[in-house]
Amino acid sequence: MEPVVTVRDLRMRYGDTDVLTGVDFDIERGQVVCLLGPNGAGKTTTIEILEGFRIRSAGEVMVLGQDPASADEDWRAHTGVVLQSWRDHPRWTPRRLLTQLGGYFAPYSTPERQRPHDIDLLLETVGLTDLADRKIATLSGGQRRRLDVAVGIVGRPELLFLDEPTAGFDPQARREFHGLVRDLAAGEGTTILLTTHDLDEAEKLADRVLVLAAGRIVADDTVDGLSRRLEGESQVKWTASGERRTESTPDATAFVRRLFDELGDDVQDLEVRRASLEDAYIALVQQHEAGHGEAAARLFAEVTR
Amino acid sequence: MNPTRNAIRLGLRRGWTEFSQSVRSTQDQGFYLFTAGITVGYLFLRRNTEVPGTDLMLPSVALPSILGALIAFGVIIGPAYALAMEKEDGTLLRHKAVPHGLQGYFTGQLLFQSMSLLPQMVVILVPSFLLFDDLMAEPSGWLTVAWVIPLGLLATMPIGMLIGALVPSTQKVGTWGMLPVLVMAGISGIFYPVQALWGWVQVIAQIFPMYWIALGMRSAFLPEQAAALEIGGSWRTTQTVVVLSIWAIAGALVTPMVLRRMARRQTGSQVEAARDASLQWVR
Repeated sequence: MEPVVTVRDLRMRYGDTDVLTGVDFDIERGQVVCLLGPNGAGKTTTIEILEGFRIRSAGEVMVLGQDPASADEDWRAHTGVVLQSWRDHPRWTPRRLLTQLGGYFAPYSTPERQRPHDIDLLLETVGLTDLADRKIATLSGGQRRRLDVAVGIVGRPELLFLDEPTAGFDPQARREFHGLVRDLAAGEGTTILLTTHDLDEAEKLADRVLVLAAGRIVADDTVDGLSRRLEGESQVKWTASGERRTESTPDATAFVRRLFDELGDDVQDLEVRRASLEDAYIALVQQHEAGHGEAAARLFAEVTR
Repeated sequence: MNPTRNAIRLGLRRGWTEFSQSVRSTQDQGFYLFTAGITVGYLFLRRNTEVPGTDLMLPSVALPSILGALIAFGVIIGPAYALAMEKEDGTLLRHKAVPHGLQGYFTGQLLFQSMSLLPQMVVILVPSFLLFDDLMAEPSGWLTVAWVIPLGLLATMPIGMLIGALVPSTQKVGTWGMLPVLVMAGISGIFYPVQALWGWVQVIAQIFPMYWIALGMRSAFLPEQAAALEIGGSWRTTQTVVVLSIWAIAGALVTPMVLRRMARRQTGSQVEAARDASLQWVR
């Protein structure tokens, strides 16, 4: 089957700054793909080009069979965009806004994919049933973001774009949101492309992670796959006799078995962490922020090869 | 279901929703009452002033001019602010993200901004007709009102949309929108006869639609002999229709192009940049 998204040698230049220097990737139908990278690495630029909101400088891009730069209005009916709004439609209610924006998808309804979503069901999915008839101006930041998600999926898109969807969320809202995205992918078979700078979030959500740094993709794999590529040691942390201990080992399983053999029930708060991917990613981010993006990207690509 | 017709239907629904939310909002009610208070208050204070050269009282002559100015002002500044703001807050981008959404959005704006004139007119006309005599010389004048207002609307609303589309930020609407419109109102013979100004100012005033809307409104409200006060001693009805129509046609041709260009440039980063900028008023 044809990929939902195809990107070849995508380049973007603002003035004389190269933001994207040759990005290549494909996304298959039904995948949840995370574009991971430090702030300023070009994630938003990439996703805006795919959304058709920004015109690229060079390269080939196909999204759902059309070039987003010249795609027609009907193409929009198959994509969903979760925007980070802040104060639009203050006098509207979530129900009214979803009914209004969902209405645009009605001509694209098919027997297999009824469009738009049933509004009551949608409100329930994003947990806004109780607030459905309140003015949007009175919603909290987290509630607004859930409304943003609802607007993004009201047309039951085949492909959904989310740019930094959990920025500014508290941990509880973040967890609820992760559940919502997983349900969407599992239940509706929606292909999802999201951006984040948070490795932990990428790990929780994505089937596949594309690490973007210095304007190109430096790694493309599952989080587990990336971890395995890094032949670092695992960190084992535990408490014994009231003392916190940390040890690095290449074989965590054997180490832990030995630990229990020696100490038995005395071992508490056991924690085994394959820290290397996180360390590598943090190093990438730090180097990027220090202005050595190119060197950091090369190194990251090398260690994850 | 035809997507374009569906979008226009949704746009009309949107305009109606915006309108009914607006008349229910205390903020907008306050604005209507504020302008009504100033207008009717001014007319009330000058209720016994005679207009020289006629046997008419000042409220009779001033009211139609002020109504004309308010129409032009409302449909220029209203859409200018609405567009500038909705570019920044993501309303426009939301519509760009749905199929045929922009058609719906602009249909909604058109209906909402036109309907907003209604409460504005009502809050001024009702107390004025209760307080002052001889406001409408002939009942047939209402027929004139019925074409001057829509034509004036078509002539001026594109100007507002263009200002809203072109200003770099909402904060700049004051400079690029409000100021020129106030100057235009100042020279359009609304507060004093345009003949009192220098010749070249009169020419400029007659290029812009505001003068002609006010003239058209005076021709509707005032008796035939009051035309003696106007340039050329006539209501110049044909010229009014021609000038306003030229503005309306030019607007209908230019505005969609500019709006499309503006919409093409809308991105999420732009909305985010506006959000950051709004937190930083002083720079």
